[in-house]
This record gives sequence, structure tokens and C-alpha cells, in this order.
Amino acid sequence: MIRDFEAGEIDPLAVGAWILGTGGGGSPYLAQLNLKKLYKDGKRVKLIDPQALDDGDAVAVVSKMGAPLVGQERLVDPAHLARAMQLMEEYTGRKFRAVMSVEIGGGNALSPFLAGAMLDIPVVDADAMGRAYPEAQMTSFAIGDLPMYPLTLVDCRDNEAIVAKAASWKWMERISRKICTEVGSTAATCKAPRTGREVKDWGVLYTVTKAVSLGRAVLEARAAHTDPVEAVLAHEGGKVLFKGKIADVDRTTTGGFLRGSAMIEGLDDDRGSKVELAFQNEWAVAFRDGQPIAMTPDLICLLDTVSGEAIGTETVRYGQRVTVVALPAPEVLTSAKGLEHVGPRAFGYDLDFKSVFAA
Amino acid sequence: MKRIGIDVGGTNTDAVLIDGEKVLSAIKFPTTSDVMQGVVNAIGHVVSSQAPGSAPVDAVMIGTTHFTNAVVERARLDRVAAIRIAMPAGASLPPMVDWPDELRDAVDPLSFMVHGGHEYDGRPLVPLAKDEIRDAAMKIRDAGVDSIGITALFSPLTAECELEAAEIVRSVIPNARITLSHTLGRIGLLERENVTLLNAALQGLGRKTIDAFKDALKQAGIDAPFYLTQNDGTVVLADVAAANPVYSFASGPTNSMRGAAFLTGLKEAMVIDVGGTTSDVGCLVGGFPREANNVVEVGGVRTLFRMPDLLPMALGGGTIIDPETRKIGPRSVGYRITEKALVFGGDTLTTTDVAVAAGLVEIGDRDRVKHLDKALVADLLKRVEAMVEDGVDRMKTSAEGVQLIAVGGGAFLIPEKLKGASEVLRVEHAGVANALGAAMAQVSGEVDQVFSGMSREKAIAEAERIARARAVEAGASPDTIVTLDTEDIPIAYLPGDARRVRVRVVGDIAFMKDEQKRAAGALH
Repeated sequence: MIRDFEAGEIDPLAVGAWILGTGGGGSPYLAQLNLKKLYKDGKRVKLIDPQALDDGDAVAVVSKMGAPLVGQERLVDPAHLARAMQLMEEYTGRKFRAVMSVEIGGGNALSPFLAGAMLDIPVVDADAMGRAYPEAQMTSFAIGDLPMYPLTLVDCRDNEAIVAKAASWKWMERISRKICTEVGSTAATCKAPRTGREVKDWGVLYTVTKAVSLGRAVLEARAAHTDPVEAVLAHEGGKVLFKGKIADVDRTTTGGFLRGSAMIEGLDDDRGSKVELAFQNEWAVAFRDGQPIAMTPDLICLLDTVSGEAIGTETVRYGQRVTVVALPAPEVLTSAKGLEHVGPRAFGYDLDFKSVFAA
Repeated sequence: MKRIGIDVGGTNTDAVLIDGEKVLSAIKFPTTSDVMQGVVNAIGHVVSSQAPGSAPVDAVMIGTTHFTNAVVERARLDRVAAIRIAMPAGASLPPMVDWPDELRDAVDPLSFMVHGGHEYDGRPLVPLAKDEIRDAAMKIRDAGVDSIGITALFSPLTAECELEAAEIVRSVIPNARITLSHTLGRIGLLERENVTLLNAALQGLGRKTIDAFKDALKQAGIDAPFYLTQNDGTVVLADVAAANPVYSFASGPTNSMRGAAFLTGLKEAMVIDVGGTTSDVGCLVGGFPREANNVVEVGGVRTLFRMPDLLPMALGGGTIIDPETRKIGPRSVGYRITEKALVFGGDTLTTTDVAVAAGLVEIGDRDRVKHLDKALVADLLKRVEAMVEDGVDRMKTSAEGVQLIAVGGGAFLIPEKLKGASEVLRVEHAGVANALGAAMAQVSGEVDQVFSGMSREKAIAEAERIARARAVEAGASPDTIVTLDTEDIPIAYLPGDARRVRVRVVGDIAFMKDEQKRAAGALH
């Protein structure tokens, strides 16, 4: 029900989370370093089964927000994530029983661990996406129409903001994004607190365990010189979509997001074909020779063909040898209501969702 | 257009003299304990092959593993001081946080984290704390440390804080050797700081090494500019290299691959460079080594360096074979091959002995291996073949057969026919491909910064202009410059169409005409 999160699980968590990040969520490296340092200093994190939460427990949802590039420079400091949580406690007058991640994808998978280690509060084995997505309304909590406020945001200079109320999830996204940009495009946030009941009903459960076990499978494959990409597929029930080499990366900022596409030229059996991966922070749709072959909410992951390491939308570059794989999405995302929030049309593609895994 | 290329490796020092595309002379010397004497000998040999009165040498290119070895061996490093200007950001991850302990101990650092730095858009994060920098400088002075690395938040976008801090430090420590991070690295504070501090730690060795090379050239009677080769197959002027040893984190394999491209004229091929202890398999793309996909570590330190994607294998000319189990390697007799191998009268069976017994190569005394059982020799060669095939297969990105170029002193070990290779190419001078790669190296210019308030096209054009200017500054001839790599990353969530643009250009080295040299006072 509640157990120690072992030091040896940090690396697997980072590797697995980076894959589940579907190109977004940012490289976990800095969060990994911080967590190892906290463990070295004697701090520990406990992992709590969501079913062990009382219905009335208050659960914090923390994440780093901002531009990945800025994060690379401004680094990651657990103190700010912890402060965002404390500010929320001060504002609501309620103590948190546990903390969880908004997204299990990328560096943000480790954010609750950093805050949890600082404050000695257990981390919930769950998140609100089962992957990574760019916007506030793209969470399972938003799909469940749960309240979207308040939100706290802090930066390294002791700037602290509280968004007391927002008219909708989309408004919360817009307002908090503006504040984040003003303080340098990187900030620690504590989203609307959840109750234990809400987490059990609307969280994507056991994703920490899943990420650790996925990362472990990849690391073991690397050590045994077997194919790490195969290990990912076997672990997640995924499918290979395409194998090739990055031929072009076209990125533009529109509407405050990293949008664009990566063009992959086929190798081996896929020679002569091209796949275009369109993205908005995360990979959204894959087109093979112009035809859609995979789309959100199915997880589209770009992996290093040799190491199985995930490649992010900000780190993909010309010449990389890559394998595009699809992994099944959590059910909450593929429901009719889920598709309104995270289906292809939510990203501006006039396509009906067709899963790679549909019979 | 005469050039000398030298590769100073752990086992051999190789030198070549080329004139344009023509190889005039080549030599391989065992690396001596006095490395520089080997360099003098090698240069002397290739120069003495010239007819009297022939044109002088225009340039000398040296490839060396000196600096990498120092980091890997945790030896010959200076004590360093780190000043990071980023507080209150990044406080939880101090300088060298991700270095291996024994390397951190070797540089015995003094670390200071002070307030200052900038935002991505050029606004100050907080005002620069000059008093904190002055305090740090005094502590550094009192500790007797003079190799200093300064890293400020977002310095690749605006170097103001680093420059100001350097001035303050110099006012306290006039003879300080200061490395500023914006001159070396790109966005990514931790990796940039890592490179800055490695560079600071190599200041003493850098200066010493370049001076020794200078003396060696003088002794050999060479009066020409000389350069050091870098990881990416390009070169920098030696005096620039002395201040920035990390640029020259060497690369025998890179030089070998460039040499292989030069010798065969192939731009796309696989290369296997067989040395005394190991082989490296790599791929040529557009005549340059294919870069690794991942972050590259140097001596256990994470950097954002561009490094070739290489597969090292424990197979070389000195690799030890167990005659009982028929196991090949991974140990090697290394440079002691001339006393240990059977063909040299030793008692250790090596891959070279097997190759001599099979008649693949003439080395040492063939009679000393004629007792080897024919079936054993054939079987061992099969095993070598399987090792090479596996290496080639692992580096291949397509199922089709590739052209494989075999270079290096142990190239004779590579069979004529290989699964997965359409053909195996052997070329004259393959044994000194690395020195050739050094001789024909180019210079590069790179830019990596954020542009805002302009269109994508404008930003890329501006980046190219800066990169070209940097290449010219590094010694490139302007009319030979081509763009090798360009990428732009718009910054998510940022206004003003901000984008990080990275452009890399390369060009041939501009050789000054004699009259220009005279004007520059370079001729005596």
C-alpha cells in the first residue's frame, strides 16, 4: 500500500518516463540528478498506492512549467516545487496527504519525487495523462470535469502567484502560461488540489510503476546487448510504425507552442517511404507518404534505434537513426469525452481518431 | 600547398607530407616515452624526403590524444576555481555535481555560486553581485589557484556578466587564466559549465603541449603555422588550441575516417580503423564521420560536444589469443608487440602472428610461426571475420551491403570478403590514414544562440553570417566555406518568434601567400 521508492529505481523511472513523454515533457536528466542528490543527502520518498488514499485526503499535483530550453539553462530546483506546494497549503489551509505528477512523461514524472523528498510527503503511483501533453485541459482531471483552480506558481526569485479562479481549464492554461512567461518561462506550479476520491476515480493509475518497469526493461536489454526497442514493444504491447533516419526538422512557434514536424526517410524495409511526425510539444500525428498512420491519443514515441532512448521534440535532429513506435493510450483518453480533449481535432487535425491498435 | 599531418597516438606517431592531393612521403614511428622526440623524428623523416630547394611546408596539422588522456587518467590537471553566476537559479545543482568523484578530487575545486546572469530574452535575472565576485576572487587568489572557469546564466545569448566578472577577477589576480563559458558551449548550463571547468583544468597542459610542439617544429626546421585537430575532423590554430584544449579532445578515429575518405574519394562508406589494441568502426556521411545520437561523455563528464559515432572493438594487431580456448582478446600486448609477439621472438600468440602465418602480411620473422597448425590458423581467421562482421552489422543502418574501407596499422586483419559489405577497400597509405586525415583537415565556425524579433529566414541567415565570420577568424578561406549543418528550434511559450539557431560551417584553410606572410612578419 505504501512502500519505499528505492534509489535503484531512479534511473529506470527517468528512462521509462522519457519514452512515455512522446517527445515532450523535457529530458529528465536534471530532475534525475536532483533526486539522486537528495537520496545521497539521506532524503527518501515513499510511493503510495492510490487505493490507499482516503476519499477526503488532499493530494497535490505538481509540475514544472515553461520552455524546455529555459529549463536546460535555469536548471531544476526541488525547493521551488516544494514551495509551490506549501503556498497551496497556506492558501487553502489544508495539509497535503500525498503528491502526484500531472504527467508521467519526461522530466515532470520526477517533479513530485523532488517535492516529496523535500517535504517528506509520499508520491502517488499515478498521474493525470499516462503520457505528456502540452496544455492544462489535456488531463484526465479536465476530462472528468473536475475543478481547475486554484493554482500556485513560484519562481527562483521569490515571486509567488496564485490563480484563485479561472472560468475553464482553457482559461487556467492561458492565464498561468502568461505568468510563467513573465517570470522567465520556467516556473514551479502546484495545480488544483485533488481529493483522494478524485484521484482514484479520474487519475491514470500505477503509471510510476509502469514507467520504472519499462525503463528497467530497456536498461536490461542494453546491458544484455539485445534490442532495446524490442524491449519497449514487448513491455507495452506496442507496434513499430517506421524505421529510418531524420532527414529534416521544421519547427515554428505558433500560439506559444513548439509546433512543426520531423521528416524521417525510411531505411531497411521502409526504404523509399517517408514519415512525417507532426508535433505540438509532443508528437501528435504520424503521416506515412501523406497518409495518417498513427495519431493522438495513441502514444507516438521516437526512439534511438540502437539504444532505445527516447528523443524529444526539442532534441530531435538531422541524421539521427530512429524507430517510430506506437504504444496504447490509457482508456480515459480514448473515450468519447477524452477524444474531445486530446483527440486529433484538439490539435487542429480534421481526422477521426483511429487507433493503431483497433482490431 | 604543402602540408604535414601528424597523429600522436599511444602506440605510434605517424606523419605524412602532402602536396595538394598528392602524398609525398609517409612514416610510422613507435611513440617514444619522450613524445616530442618522436614528433621531431617523424617530421624530420618526411621533410628530408624532399628535393633540395623545393617549396617550404605551408602548414602542419597535429592530432593528439594528450588532453583526453589527461581527463581519462585524472592526471596532469590544474587545480581549478569555478565561479557560477546564476543565483538564485540552479542552487540545488552546484558546479561539477555530475562529475565522477575521482575526477572532481583531481581538480580539487574551489566553487562559488554568485547572484547574476540573464533571462532568455536578455533581461537580467537579478543584478550582478560584483562584491560576491570580488570576494570569490580574493579567496581564489589566497588559495594560489589561477585556472578559473566562469559560467553565467544564458551567457551564449549575452556574455555581459561573464566579461564583467572576468575583469573583476583579473583586477584581483592579474595572471589568472580564465575560461569563459560562452566561448565554448551552447545552451545547457550544466554541460557548458562542465566543458568550461575541464578547459580550466587543462590550461597548464595545453600551454605546455603547444610549446613543446612548437619547439619540435623548430628543431625540425619548419616555419609554418600549425594547427590541432578537433573531434569533428576540423582544426584550430595551435595558439587558440592552447587556450581551449577541450576543442582538441582528440580524435585519432576522426582523423582516420577523414583520411579514409580522402584516400578512396568515397563520401558515404563504412570505415574500420584497426590499431594495436582496438578497432573503431564508424560511418562516413558526406565525407565526415557520422555523429553520435546521444550526449557524449568525456572521461565520465557529460558534454554537448559533437563526437563521431564509433563502435570500439577489442581487436587490434596486438590482440592476445589463447591457443587453448581459441579466444581472441580482449587483452592486447599493445606497444610491446615487438618483444611479445611470436614473429618478434616473443612467447605470446597475437592476431599479427596468425596473419603472418596465413600469409596476409609480412611482419617480423615468418619462420617463427610456421609451426602453427593450418586448421588452427584458418579457424582463428574465421573468428576474426565473425567479430568484424558483427561490428559492421551493428553500425549499419540499412540491410544493403556497404563499402568498407580498412585503415590503420592492423588493416591486414580485415578479410577480403565480409558478410554485409559489398566490398572491402584497401588503399595505399591506409596505415597512416590518421595522419592524412589530420593533414587535410578543415576549419569550422559555429554559432548557437537565440534570435528574436526576426523571421526564421532572417535568423538563419544572420546565424550563417556569424558562423562564417567565426570560420574565417579560425583560419578558413572565405570562398571555400560551406554550411554543414543548420538547425533552428523555436522556443516554446516565448514571444517574439524567438528561436535557437545553430549553424556550423566548414572551409579549407587559407594559406597566406608569401608576400602576405612577409607583410605579417611571419617570415624571417
